[in-house]
Amino acid sequence: MAVQLMQEMWQGEISTVTIGAVKEEGGSRAYSIKIGGEQSLPCLFKEGAIPNKPEIAFEIWDIAPNDWPSELSKEYGHALNDPFLWAEKCVKEYKARSLCVRLQGAHPDSGDKGPGEEAAFIRQLLDKVNVPLIILGTGDDTKDNLLLPACSEAAKGERCLIGSAVQDNYKTIAVSLLADGHNIIAESPIDINIAKQLNILISDMGLPLERIVINPTIGALGYGLEYAYSIMERARLAALSGDKTVASPFVCFVGQEAWRAKEAKVEDSRQGVMWEVLTATALIQAGADLLVMRHPLAIEKVNKYIDKLCS
Amino acid sequence: MFIIGELINGMYSNIGKAIAQKDKAVIQRVALGQVKAGADALDVNCGPASKQPVSDIQWLIEAIQEVTDKAICIDSSKPQVIESGLKAAKNSVIINSTTADPDKLDILVPLAKQHKAKLIGLAISAKGIPRDKGQRLELASQIAASCIEKEFPIEDLYLDPIVMPINVAQAQMRDIIESIHEFKIISEPAPKTIIGLTNVSQGTFARSLINRTFLTMATAYGLDAAILDPLDKDLMDAAITAELILNKQIYCDSYLEAYRKK
Repeated sequence: MAVQLMQEMWQGEISTVTIGAVKEEGGSRAYSIKIGGEQSLPCLFKEGAIPNKPEIAFEIWDIAPNDWPSELSKEYGHALNDPFLWAEKCVKEYKARSLCVRLQGAHPDSGDKGPGEEAAFIRQLLDKVNVPLIILGTGDDTKDNLLLPACSEAAKGERCLIGSAVQDNYKTIAVSLLADGHNIIAESPIDINIAKQLNILISDMGLPLERIVINPTIGALGYGLEYAYSIMERARLAALSGDKTVASPFVCFVGQEAWRAKEAKVEDSRQGVMWEVLTATALIQAGADLLVMRHPLAIEKVNKYIDKLCS
Repeated sequence: MFIIGELINGMYSNIGKAIAQKDKAVIQRVALGQVKAGADALDVNCGPASKQPVSDIQWLIEAIQEVTDKAICIDSSKPQVIESGLKAAKNSVIINSTTADPDKLDILVPLAKQHKAKLIGLAISAKGIPRDKGQRLELASQIAASCIEKEFPIEDLYLDPIVMPINVAQAQMRDIIESIHEFKIISEPAPKTIIGLTNVSQGTFARSLINRTFLTMATAYGLDAAILDPLDKDLMDAAITAELILNKQIYCDSYLEAYRKK
């Protein structure tokens, strides 16, 4: 007798977040990308619709990173010193579908560039490349409250994804992004209760739940990946059962975490690429919708994995 | 918890008067007030004073459907009133209710199936109100068996153990609560369970407190739905918190607000 598979029918749905606005929508992107929209747990294609594939954004910085392992930095070479060249390399040579720019140079400890200077940089970057853009602040609350509103305004109408808002610092950021038509990254420290609370707080400011992307905070393979996995799974189960307050797509900063692992820093080993690939693929199975990654080869491999998985 | 608001009932003077005067605004105000407070469905009962319940039920349902698409719980002991209500209903419907008597089951189960309505089954029969857990289970099983025989989807059946006033039947309270758990194991898939909550505190001086304490205890025994006054905020908060404790919602500092945002 044929085995009959038990299939779950879910009543809830993850919200769909669109990043990037084309000309007709008031932006200047060549196209937009959609993340989220799942009506099923990851990879369970028969239980409900999974309309959008996971997306990968290339991470670039406004200044040359000084702590990237050589396996990673040599791939980009001198382009690391010129963010526009770096961005163009990602888009033209590696066919990046979206970019994630980290404004590291504005951090008080690594250049302390002013909000005006960074806002001008963002506008210039948007003029140079026409893919959807994700903008990250410094992680320093005081600085981000000056920096992110300025960048938000400079990118007005481009429907970027901007972050991160955290539980102790979300109001200024949420108000700016609301006014300028962007989406927000809500970051919580591997804590489902705080993730839910932050989504409520942000939506209370008037920014609808449909414009929030959760950064659940992840650990790389061997560094707490399973904690992130369980948090993401818990949120997904609740969301699919009808809890709209956690029904947001996930963004996972895979490159940032994978390249911090000591295993990824072994010289001449290619281990870093594998570490980034394995962290990314595990998180896709946990429900990651947007992966921010660093090494072009790792991204190529994960894109192939996504295509195979979703075909 | 699936909450059915109980306030549209002709036995309440404002509703009785509105039915007599055909004053839609009163009905619609009470309907929207309950929905805003968290009701998932609205009970509709013409009350004992209605001279023409067959037409009054249609008028009530039509008035409510003008302002909300929440489910309508058609409440009458008379099958012809329920049938009339079903004709007027555009929203999804819960039939309230059948007893374990074969003559009722033979009319109402097929009717519910035909209209794809949910059905409330009271653990009661023409012989009277059950006195203990055993009798409740026997009557509930008769209702479930009739549904299975008539191919009515058992997960759409809501079994009610019959909640008695605490000042009348204090000795039965434990049996009533334990029945909720036992009803859930009558069949696979399990039927749902429901109570008409407010009866428990009838004639007492601490109605709200008794209501919410009983509801909390019943929730722990697996209660799926309750007919109650959703405007009692303490009661709704207790219902939400009970489900939080049972891990049915993810905790966050604003969990009450989060539940209401759903």
